[in-house]
Amino acid sequence: MKAWFFTEDAYPYLPPDKTYDSIRVDLPSKHYDPAKGADLYDMYLDLWCAADEMGLEIMNNEHHQTATCVVPAAPIMLGILAKRTKRARLLILGNPIANRNQPVRVAEEMAMVDVLSRGRLECGFVRGVPYEAAPANMSAWRGSERLWEAHDLILKAWTTHDGPFNFEGRFFHARQVNVWPRPYQQPHPPVWVTIGSGPSTIPVARHKHIGAVFLAGYAGINAIFDGYRDNWTRFHGTAMPLDRLAYCALVNVAETKAEAERTAEKLIWYVTSNKVPPHWTNPPGYFPPPVAAQILKGGRKLALDTPKLTAEDQMMRGNFFCGTPDDVYAQIKNFYEYSGGFGHLLMMMQAGFLTYDETIKSMSLFTKEVYPRLKELTAKYDPEAMKEARARAKPPGDGTTTDYFGVEFNRKAS
Amino acid sequence: MSTPTTIKLPGVDLPVVRRGKGRPMLLLHGGGGPVVGLPFADRLAERFELIAPIHPGFMGTKVPEHVDSIDDLKFIYLDMMDALDLRDAVVVGFSMGGWVAAELAVMTTARMARLVLVDAVGIKPGGREDRDIADVFGTPADKLARIMWHNLANAPKPAEMSDQALAMMASNREALGIYTWQPYMHNPKLKHRLHRIGVPTLLLWGESDGLVTPAYGEAYRKLIPGAQLVVIPEAGHAPHIEQTDAFVRHLVSFVS
Repeated sequence: MKAWFFTEDAYPYLPPDKTYDSIRVDLPSKHYDPAKGADLYDMYLDLWCAADEMGLEIMNNEHHQTATCVVPAAPIMLGILAKRTKRARLLILGNPIANRNQPVRVAEEMAMVDVLSRGRLECGFVRGVPYEAAPANMSAWRGSERLWEAHDLILKAWTTHDGPFNFEGRFFHARQVNVWPRPYQQPHPPVWVTIGSGPSTIPVARHKHIGAVFLAGYAGINAIFDGYRDNWTRFHGTAMPLDRLAYCALVNVAETKAEAERTAEKLIWYVTSNKVPPHWTNPPGYFPPPVAAQILKGGRKLALDTPKLTAEDQMMRGNFFCGTPDDVYAQIKNFYEYSGGFGHLLMMMQAGFLTYDETIKSMSLFTKEVYPRLKELTAKYDPEAMKEARARAKPPGDGTTTDYFGVEFNRKAS
Repeated sequence: MSTPTTIKLPGVDLPVVRRGKGRPMLLLHGGGGPVVGLPFADRLAERFELIAPIHPGFMGTKVPEHVDSIDDLKFIYLDMMDALDLRDAVVVGFSMGGWVAAELAVMTTARMARLVLVDAVGIKPGGREDRDIADVFGTPADKLARIMWHNLANAPKPAEMSDQALAMMASNREALGIYTWQPYMHNPKLKHRLHRIGVPTLLLWGESDGLVTPAYGEAYRKLIPGAQLVVIPEAGHAPHIEQTDAFVRHLVSFVS
C-alpha cells in the first residue's frame, strides 16, 4: 500500500455562508485576501514537504473559481514540489484534459515536471467535476470522448521521439507534434484516471492505467472496483495487480478519540462548506438525463452537496477514516477487505481551518502507527484469501451513500 | 401531439410530426422542445400543413455521432426540405429554432416563401463584454423563470412534473447545450450573412422577454432586408404560449 498526502489548498476565511449562494464559480474574489493566500500557499507547500520527509507520497489537484481549492494550475505547484522534495512520488489527480484546449501543452507541462523531479511524476487525467464546465466554458457533452482523445494525443506526444507527428482528431488538432522535453520516465510516467461505475473502467483497464475513486463509500465502491478488475481480466487474462486501484478518503488520526473528534470537525469543512446551487452542479450533458432530471426537480442531493452530513455520517459511509491509530487501521482494513483491495490510499488530511500543527500530528501518527500495518496487510495480498476476507467484511453503518462520483463517469467512454 | 413519423435522411433518422392541411409550414422548435402539440398549433393546423421535426437529441432521441452544432441542423433541414420537395414553405423558428431558420435562409430560400423568427437567438449584436443573451445554463431556475415568462404561472414546474416529463425536460436541456454552448447561442458570422435573406421576414417578440429582449429583436430586424418586428405585449420568451391569439393573428396576417 502506498499512502498519499493530499490537501486541496482551500481558502477557508469566508463570510458566513448565508451571505453567498455558492462557494464555487461565482463567489467574488474580493473575499480572497492575497496576503492570507500567500501564507496558505506556504503552509500547504510545507505540509507536502513534511510528507516527503516522513515517507508519504504526495498528491495534488486543481479546481477553478472556487475557495475550496485555490490551485487553478496544479502543474505550477508540482514544479515547486519537484525542487523542494527529495523522494516522494508526485501525483497530480488530475489534469482536467476534457476541459483544456491544448493537450500538447499538457504533455509539455507534465514532461517538464517529470524531468524537474527526475522521474517522480504520477500523471492523472480527469474529466472534471460538473462545476468546472462554467469556469472552463466547456460543454460537458461528450466530455469522456474529449478526455480519451486528449489522452491518446498526450501519450503519443510523450512516446514519439523521432520528429513530428500529425494528429487531426474529432476534438483536437496538432499537425507538428514534437514535445521537448521528453519525459524522464520511460516510456512515460504512470497514468491515473478517475473511474466510476459503468463503462468508465473499460478504457482505463485496457490501458493498464491506475483507476482512482473518490469518496464512493461502501455503497459505491464494489461496483466500480469489480468493474475494473473484471475488465482487467477480460483484456489481459490475468488477475489485476493490487496497485492498479486507488481510493481517496478523508483521513484523520489523533492520540485519543476525543482529540480525533475535535479535529474531525475541522477537517469535515471540506464537505460541509461545499455549498453549490443546482445550476452549477448540473451543466447540460454532464449527467445522464434521468439523473439530471432529479437534480432539476430538486429531489436529488449530490454526495458533496449535503452539508448537513456530519463527520460520523461520513465515517459510516466509508468516506472518512478517523480516530486513534488503532481505529483508523481497523477502519481502513475493513474498507480494504470489503472492496476487494486496492494499492493506493489517497488521504485528504487537511481541509478548512485544520492547522499546520494539527495536520502534522495526524500525518505523523499515521506514518508511524498506521502505515506500517497497512503495508504489511497489503504485502500479503492474495486474490483467493481476499475472497474470504471480503465475505466477512461488513459496512459499519447501513452502507448508504449517494452515487455522485459513481455517475460522474457513467457516460460512454471510448 | 400527433405521433412523429421517421424521415430517413443521409446520416440521420429524423422524427417529424405532420398535421393539418394547406400550405406547408415548417416549425423549428426551441430549447424547450417540440411546440407542435400546443394550442397555437391546433389553430395553425386549420390552414397549414405543419411539418415539425424534432432536433436530434431532443425528447430523448439519438444524436448521430457527427452532429454537434446548429450548422449540422441546418444541413439536416436542407436535406429534409429536399426529401419532402417542399415549395413556398413558411419557415417558423422559435428561439434556438429561429437561429436554425435564419441559417437556412441565408443559405438558400429556394424552398421558402416566408420566414418567421420568434424570440430567436443566433446573433451577437453587442460588444464582447455585453451579455446579449441571458446565460440560461448559469442562472438559478427561479430567476430564469422570471426572465423567460411574462406570467410566472405559465412556467413549467419541475417539482410537480412526472418523472417521464422531467426526463424529457432534462433531455431537451442537454440537447440545447449540445447546440448552443459555445459560441453561446450565436454564430459570429451570421450577422454578416443576414443581408442574403430575400423572402419577406417577420420577427415576433414577447415584450417581456428577458432572455433575448425586444431590443435584441430590433437589432436582428435591422440586419434582414425589409423585415418587420412585431412586439407582443404581456408575453415573454414564448409568445405563442402566453398570447396564443395575438401570436396566431400576426402570423396568419403576415402569411396571407
